[in-house]
Amino acid sequence: MTADLGPAVHENPVLETKGLCKNFGALVVARDIDFALEAGARHAVIGPNGAGKTTFVNLLTGALPPTGGSVLLDGLDIAGLAEHERVKRGLVRTFQINTLFNGLTVLENIYLTVAERMGVATGLFRPVGSRPEVVAEAERLVEMVQLQDDAGRTIDELPYGRQRLVEIAIALALEPRVLLLDEPSAGVPGAESHIILDAIAALPADIAIMIIEHDMDVVFRFAERITVLVSGAVLASGPPDEIAADERVRAVYLGHGHG
Amino acid sequence: MAAAFDIATTILVFGVAYAMLLFIISVGLSITMGLMGFVNLAHGAFAMVGGYITVKLVAPLGVPYLLALVIAFFLVAALGAVMDRLLYRHVYGRPELDQVLFTIGIVFVSVAGVSFVWGPDPQNILLPEILLGDVDLGFKNIPVYRAFMIVAGGVIVAALFFGLERTKIGAQVRAAVDNRRMAESCGIPTGRLFTIIFALGSGMAALGGGLGIQILGGLKPVFAFEYLVIFLIVVAVGGLGNIRGTFVAALLLGIIDFAGKYFLPEGGGFFIYGVTFIVLLWRPHGLLGKA
Amino acid sequence: MTVPTPRTNNGAAAGALLRAHRFRAIELIPWILAIAVYFLFPGYRLLATQILVLILFAISLDLIVGYAGIVSLGHAAFFGTGAYTAALLADAGWQEPISALALGAVTAGLLGWVSGWIILRTRELTLLMLTMALGIILYELAKDLDDITGGFDGINFENTAILGLFPFDVLYYTTNYWYAFAFLVLGFLVARTVVHAPFGRSLVGIRENVRRMHAIGTPVQQRMRHVYVIAAMIAGVAGAIWVQVQGNITIGVYEFEMSGNILIMLILGGTGRLYGAFIGVTVFTILENLTETVLGTDPPYWELVVGVALIVTVLFAPRGLLGVFDPLIRRFRERTP
Repeated sequence: MTADLGPAVHENPVLETKGLCKNFGALVVARDIDFALEAGARHAVIGPNGAGKTTFVNLLTGALPPTGGSVLLDGLDIAGLAEHERVKRGLVRTFQINTLFNGLTVLENIYLTVAERMGVATGLFRPVGSRPEVVAEAERLVEMVQLQDDAGRTIDELPYGRQRLVEIAIALALEPRVLLLDEPSAGVPGAESHIILDAIAALPADIAIMIIEHDMDVVFRFAERITVLVSGAVLASGPPDEIAADERVRAVYLGHGHG
Repeated sequence: MAAAFDIATTILVFGVAYAMLLFIISVGLSITMGLMGFVNLAHGAFAMVGGYITVKLVAPLGVPYLLALVIAFFLVAALGAVMDRLLYRHVYGRPELDQVLFTIGIVFVSVAGVSFVWGPDPQNILLPEILLGDVDLGFKNIPVYRAFMIVAGGVIVAALFFGLERTKIGAQVRAAVDNRRMAESCGIPTGRLFTIIFALGSGMAALGGGLGIQILGGLKPVFAFEYLVIFLIVVAVGGLGNIRGTFVAALLLGIIDFAGKYFLPEGGGFFIYGVTFIVLLWRPHGLLGKA
Repeated sequence: MTVPTPRTNNGAAAGALLRAHRFRAIELIPWILAIAVYFLFPGYRLLATQILVLILFAISLDLIVGYAGIVSLGHAAFFGTGAYTAALLADAGWQEPISALALGAVTAGLLGWVSGWIILRTRELTLLMLTMALGIILYELAKDLDDITGGFDGINFENTAILGLFPFDVLYYTTNYWYAFAFLVLGFLVARTVVHAPFGRSLVGIRENVRRMHAIGTPVQQRMRHVYVIAAMIAGVAGAIWVQVQGNITIGVYEFEMSGNILIMLILGGTGRLYGAFIGVTVFTILENLTETVLGTDPPYWELVVGVALIVTVLFAPRGLLGVFDPLIRRFRERTP
């Protein structure tokens, strides 16, 4: 049953890992991970707490150097690329815990991102105000996540759920080809989580999305493919119905009621 | 050949004596930085106050030198505990810039305070007879004071390692430096622990201040500023919170500093800064620091 | 009155962003004061000139501390390098002041480029140590090379008249004052332009959250290096003027005290706002002078004042003197939509 679940199934993965490993001393947090994400994929990564899901994201983005194995973007090994260079090539993430410019306004948060993507952020002399098109693009993104009434508030004035939307807007502002969503609705009150999920559902179809999620309803509604990580290793990978039926997955994960 | 051996042993003896002093003063700083992530630029002020207390107990009051050192240790430790509770507490967890300014402020106050109380003139200490003169090692005579410094340093190092490895407080400190949040969730009272550590570290600094007056060439109110850099460098080179690292760094820098000044009296002073630069480039978290 | 719009909506926020760089009338105040001081207090021109130069120095520090969030305890390295470049050039016969000052900016900038390449790879305490170590290495070096640098005694040198028209005047500080004033204006305009450009905004991003900056594709180290060089160059200019107006240099320009004091002045005034440098330097320098004239330097009352001021600032006004007014301004804005 596991034989046909490897990366061989995929034809042209945008993002792929081969034998990815990470140890912190004696502690193994990623064990020989083979993983593939095709263009337009909707792929969920699940696993109990401490399974190494966020570490996996950090390995993909380059925030952490792997101990072994490789990460391929469009078939090319990106080991030598720093985090920011991977972003420039369309590999974008959100953070499990909001990682924003807390003292700046919502619009400024998005503006910084847009300026960076458009390549104007190195400009030393022309003031921000001389490029209204960059600011207009930031405004458009703020509207996209429906934060226009909060655009002038600083992040720390916003409730956590709405800060979460800023995370998503920043990711979108980077025009990703591959988007890694690290528990996008974590910490959002139940009543507001639908805003996040709607925003995710509305993402352009051609973006390859990997989502890390604890909420099984979200996972099974959203994902076309699921990978289960346990103790840093891939336990199973396949379409949702296969995963739901997998005995081992039920044993180590679903059975424990993590949803 | 014999001359080379003589020079080498001289450098070793004087360098190690200086290294012991650096270690005794810096170790408290290393632990407070490692434990609380707190940049305490005022650490040298505690050494300075300890030095002044020792000098003043010995000269006008006639207290024996060793007893004066012990008194200085306890007085400054108590001062450290009070400062921790009253002042430092408010800046833990604040941005490092705030900590830098706050502790520089304390240095300024201590410099002014010492001048108000004891005047601006350099102070020196009357060492007891027993620490004067040379001791014969068979192949070489070395000054008793340096030998005493090395022995005292060795005893303190041994006591510290023993304390850290074998006592409950030592285990708690190691756990808290390693992972503070984890230690807290295991029920270790890190707040109180820190007061104790802070007091101990301040006391050690005071002890170093009292022991080292001779080596450091006397005490002046600007001591707290002048030596601040070298203590910080020892900590940074060794790795924050790492006692072994601090010891290794103290030895390395102490010997290099003395050797540099011995061979190049005119320009040997900046050798240690060069070494610091290189070590920190090579290992930004210090020789034995964790990444 | 038109219909009040809440200040939080998209259009208002965008407007604020688009108009941030525009000059406001209130920004004229420090300049008017600086001009007035020249005529009102001719006896204090030396002090006033020093204040102008130190403001420029503090502005350069604000670029890295206040905007990019790089805490430096060794900024005198650049000040001193600019100063020694200008002084040694004059001493060697290159007495034209403005070109010497420009070369001072270049050498300081080069030092910033090389040291930044090394120092800015590190973070937090290590970074602090390395900035401090750089400053001290240069100080020790200058001390050891006293046959070139003049050591503690210093070197006296002369510059030709500025633009061939205005000779330096070390007695009444006439030309000297305007020389410092002109370069303060220039340096301030450069700094102000930079911080209002997208580059400056991205520095604020680095200060606010480095991890996020990496994740939005910013080459963080490179950008920090750029601002480090800009700041080093401005500091070099300040250092050059500092010694040119006095016609004398000592290794004091490299002293740790210089790095420490300028940081303190900046923090007292408030970081990340450029004008904090004006307030901090002026208040600090005048208070220092007052204290030392009235109470003397022994015992050191001034150290006591500074120490207490720092402790109080950190505990009660962490955003500096200018920051004290922030809540008032915010309340005012909220009442008047």
